[in-house]
Amino acid sequence: MMQSLGEIDDLPGKVRRRQKKVLMIATLEETQTVQRTDSGTVVASLDAVSKNYGEVRALRNVNFTVRAGQVVALLGPNGAGKTTAVKLLLGLIPPNSGKTRVFGGDPTNPQNRMRTGAMLQVGKVPETLRVGEHIDLFSSYYPKPMPIEEVLAAAGLEKLRDRKFGDLSGGQRQRTLFALAICGDPDLLFLDEPTVGLDVEARRALWEEIRRLVERGKTVLLTTHYLQEADALADRIAVINQGEIIAEGTPAEIKAQTGGKCIRCVTALSMESLLKIPGVTDAKQDREAVEIHAREAEPVVRALLARDSSLSGLEITSAGLEEAFLALTQDNGENANRQN
Amino acid sequence: MSTAAAVLSNTRIERSASHTATIYLKEAKYEFLKNLRLRVYTVSVISFPLMFYVLFGLVLNGKQAISGTGIPTYLIATYGTFGVMGASLFGTASGLAADRGLGWLQVKRASPMPPFAYFTAKVVLSMIFSAIVVLLLLALGISFGGVRLPLPEMAELLGTLLAGSLPFSAMGLAIGYFAGPNSAPAAINLIYLPLSFCSGLWVPYMFLPKLVQQIALVLPSYHLSQLALGIVGAGSHEPVATHWEVLLAFTLICLGVARIGFQRDQGKLYG
Repeated sequence: MMQSLGEIDDLPGKVRRRQKKVLMIATLEETQTVQRTDSGTVVASLDAVSKNYGEVRALRNVNFTVRAGQVVALLGPNGAGKTTAVKLLLGLIPPNSGKTRVFGGDPTNPQNRMRTGAMLQVGKVPETLRVGEHIDLFSSYYPKPMPIEEVLAAAGLEKLRDRKFGDLSGGQRQRTLFALAICGDPDLLFLDEPTVGLDVEARRALWEEIRRLVERGKTVLLTTHYLQEADALADRIAVINQGEIIAEGTPAEIKAQTGGKCIRCVTALSMESLLKIPGVTDAKQDREAVEIHAREAEPVVRALLARDSSLSGLEITSAGLEEAFLALTQDNGENANRQN
Repeated sequence: MSTAAAVLSNTRIERSASHTATIYLKEAKYEFLKNLRLRVYTVSVISFPLMFYVLFGLVLNGKQAISGTGIPTYLIATYGTFGVMGASLFGTASGLAADRGLGWLQVKRASPMPPFAYFTAKVVLSMIFSAIVVLLLLALGISFGGVRLPLPEMAELLGTLLAGSLPFSAMGLAIGYFAGPNSAPAAINLIYLPLSFCSGLWVPYMFLPKLVQQIALVLPSYHLSQLALGIVGAGSHEPVATHWEVLLAFTLICLGVARIGFQRDQGKLYG
């Protein structure tokens, strides 16, 4: 039966989750976790799917699967094709080639839609209806909707039930759209950039809610352009750029590929000698300073300090998503640079 | 609970008839509430026909008659047609264009909402507001214009004008599928106002220039107004069946156009 979604102490859940992550990292080499997460039934898939909008190739020959009980994150910059992938799986647009499947069938099948919920990016929602009225209407579409009190609690909207949509803040609007996605208690949930516009607190609350859904056996596909968000939630991450999936794996695997440090400093050393330091993957001039990319910072910094006693302004940061894309798209680095 | 087994168990979920009816009712109820609270809609749709009627039907020409029918009665039929057109065109087209253009319709389409419920709700909304306009016109006419219509004739007038809401709802759907979210109200006015004038809804048909009279014969608003005028004893010479046939043909053409838009939307980026 459904577990209460109110203010319950979900510490056991959190602990379990954390243990699982530790386990994933620990056993990465043996690829056992990959087997575990890949053993579920496929509930949604893109099979060699391409989608063009006129001249623009939004997706190119994409293969992608979502398995039962997983949270899968599609991670990529704006315009990468994330929303297109979601819309294809929702049956809102047809592919130009390839096959889209949900629950083994056509995504447009009304039967499938009774088991899916979706949160999309919307320009305008009818503003004169109240939060509770919107939820009441969407709940009525589903065969076994959640009680409205539970929906409101899950989305943190208890006090806003009688508020008109037009009077809500950006974050509250986003939470209302989330409520509409989950109100039918669907088995499969599509969340297109669910935390855009949310403050840190609301974002964390939404993450908790997504985790609770997964603990109840739901499957979630979410898109995001935050590596941190994908890392916090997903069992599997697919990194998408310019319509192609350029990396796929567990968060640990993706981070291993994309991780790395950015070392910034003002140095007298020439670009050539910087690139010769073992462990340096890239270096470029940035105004008076240089930016050096390396898998690990410490050995490189040691070498830098040994070679240049006048070195100043040293800063070390984790490589952001932008660097991650550069790292992942090194083969066609030119393209990745243009992306933004 | 084994999720894998639960997830792919393809037991068909059948909606009961009462569940389907509930969806249609709720869709219509919220469509009505949504627009009732939208002052742009209620004010423009209800107050314009009433204002014109009070001005031209009661204040200025209250004592005159056209072909034996008092002006206050005559204008209930024409401003009734005008009101029904407005309620129906704005009730369907502007909402649909906004829902479509700004992504809300996609959220609805992704949900298990029966698509027909969405359109039905808009048509029901149009009919409710059409009824409100016609009833208010009758109330004004009876109270201040000395309009004396037998009850069956009033019922027939109301019924005819409500049926006349359908062609214009169909036209609204067609416009809503091809107009942008911001340009829809302008597009409606661009069609609605000339159509009203050329059909003799503001200036009675016989006072229109010859050329405009010729144009009126192919306009749906002319034929609806002639049906309404026929009930109050001021109709033209065409047989009643001709008016209905033109309105039916017009409805079918508009639905065909709306259908093209509906299908085109399935493959569109921001449809």
